[in-house]
Amino acid sequence: MILRLAFGSLLARALTVGMTILAIALSVALFLGVEKVRTGAKASFADTISGTDLIVGARSGSVQLLLYSVFRIGNATNNMTWESYLDIAARPEVEWIVPISLGDSHRQFRVMGTTQAFFERYKFRAGQSLRVAQGAVMEDLFDAVIGADVAATLNYSVGDPIVVAHGLASFVEHEDQPFRVSGILEKTGTPVDRTVIVSLRAIEAIHVDWQSGAQIPGRSTPADALREMTLEPAAVTAALVGVQGRLQVFGLQRAINEYPSEPLLAILPGVALQELWQIVGIAETALIAVSGMVVVTALIGMMATIFSSLNERRREMAILRAMGARPRVIVSLLVLEAAMMAALGAILGLGLLYAGLVVAQPMVDAAFGLWLPIERPALRELWVLAAVVAAGAIVSLLPAIRAYRMSLADGMMVRN
Amino acid sequence: MGSDDPILALKDVRYRWAGRASFALAIADFSILPAQRVLLLGESGSGKSTLLSLICGTITPLSGSVAVAGTDIAALSPAKRDRFRAEEIGLIFQQFNLLPYASVLDNILLPLRFAPLRRARVASPQQAARSLCSDLGLSEDAVSAQAGTLSVGQQQRVAAARALIGAPPLIIADEPTSALDAATQATFLELLFAQTRSCDSTLLMVSHDARLGVHFDRVVEMSQIAPAMQVGA
Repeated sequence: MILRLAFGSLLARALTVGMTILAIALSVALFLGVEKVRTGAKASFADTISGTDLIVGARSGSVQLLLYSVFRIGNATNNMTWESYLDIAARPEVEWIVPISLGDSHRQFRVMGTTQAFFERYKFRAGQSLRVAQGAVMEDLFDAVIGADVAATLNYSVGDPIVVAHGLASFVEHEDQPFRVSGILEKTGTPVDRTVIVSLRAIEAIHVDWQSGAQIPGRSTPADALREMTLEPAAVTAALVGVQGRLQVFGLQRAINEYPSEPLLAILPGVALQELWQIVGIAETALIAVSGMVVVTALIGMMATIFSSLNERRREMAILRAMGARPRVIVSLLVLEAAMMAALGAILGLGLLYAGLVVAQPMVDAAFGLWLPIERPALRELWVLAAVVAAGAIVSLLPAIRAYRMSLADGMMVRN
Repeated sequence: MGSDDPILALKDVRYRWAGRASFALAIADFSILPAQRVLLLGESGSGKSTLLSLICGTITPLSGSVAVAGTDIAALSPAKRDRFRAEEIGLIFQQFNLLPYASVLDNILLPLRFAPLRRARVASPQQAARSLCSDLGLSEDAVSAQAGTLSVGQQQRVAAARALIGAPPLIIADEPTSALDAATQATFLELLFAQTRSCDSTLLMVSHDARLGVHFDRVVEMSQIAPAMQVGA
């Protein structure tokens, strides 16, 4: 009956109570949403590269190398020479090596020059390989394989021409050497989805007539002539390396880091990711703290609502006291009401989260390449919800204690 | 307890509201016999409400004893006092008697929630509540309604049903008719009398309206029982 009374009392104040519940729901949705994005981003980052033992590039920071070589975030400050690349490739510990050449773009997407080996060696999400959804990997010099997002965004299909722009966010295009879409990859949820992949030779080919970032006036080598050329690159941006045996990873890493003819850096992707988490960790903690504070604010708002309702509910408490309710019953009634509000808020918040996910999932994916999975709430999320309900009950103790005192002082004698 | 033992007995009771030196209530001796209908008359500010609070045990006297059905309320622990009130006393206020958001039935059954013995006396609480309602002239529609939607007159009948359910030995009514018009007043009193009689309960009604005296077995003036009441002392 007490439960029914608490519910009835809430229903009688539907507007205020509804607002309070909405505030709690929004804060809970925000908190869970931040958690979702955080874990989603982490999982997505961690899933991006798998099976690669070392990433080699010009000497910079390990996080920077990881970001530009795998995530296409930021730019390389320097390249590694082709000689160094061949030198490393020839080492006995190296099982396979895949060169990567970045620097050009097509629309908002980066163009990556690499070899056929990339499609065999690049692995993501626990060892999955890239799969071609339509067409085939590049065979001709001017073939390009595009990621799923590139195809979807630009509405490309196999056979469509592509003009690569020189540099990033550039208006200067390699108009004289148009590419052709030879294949479209299946969606991976990694930066590959937003990459245009061409052969390393093609990257050289389109720059044959270029010098110092500009086309040499009046020079345009015909495509067929280019096809005949050797087109050996002078430098590459980075290389993905697979090692013969696990134990040789550290030895090879040291050897590359101490490479005498050029300052190079070899990183273990997992270790660099850990470093990245450490940097991101502070922001992460701040984000959680802020969204946690929003929940606290909503609960304090609820406390204020209960406080302000106490005066108008004095009569109600006096009736309960007159009927023989102990002051403890009054306290439990208020705490119960608060817990019910918090619980409704938490459930509604969870609902808002899922509704938000359904709406935002494709947008977040398109904008940030972040795939937020819609799954059953994890245990951790259920704990968060339980904590919100418990916290709601705890903050309501303050007004409840005040009501306790008021009802002791008032007895049954409130006239209003 | 014999049938002539008083259902209510106050002896040498003194009370002063905490923090208020100016208002004090002193009652040397006041008692009511079982099944009596007593009207307590007094002007506002004469200490009637304080007296009712003392009898109900929501406040306790500084000295003296307040015995209801032979039990000294002041000697009980606060928790036992609350339970005792629920068990032994049915209360009707002037107005705003009900929890407006709760159903009429829940309002009537409310005291039973806190009084297991009183509840045990009622074979079927829902049935008892319904039959009290019909005896008090409340329609079936009214019984299933939300309390806040009823008229003031109907609300007072629900309050009476709530006070009467489980037949507590003492019914206290604090100006229950003052919010009603004359015609409704008379009907309400008749119904209340009939029901208290059928429950064998004692009725102590407080009012400032001396004309009601004719309906009662005994009329007591507040000034008679609390002559030592000091104002401004």
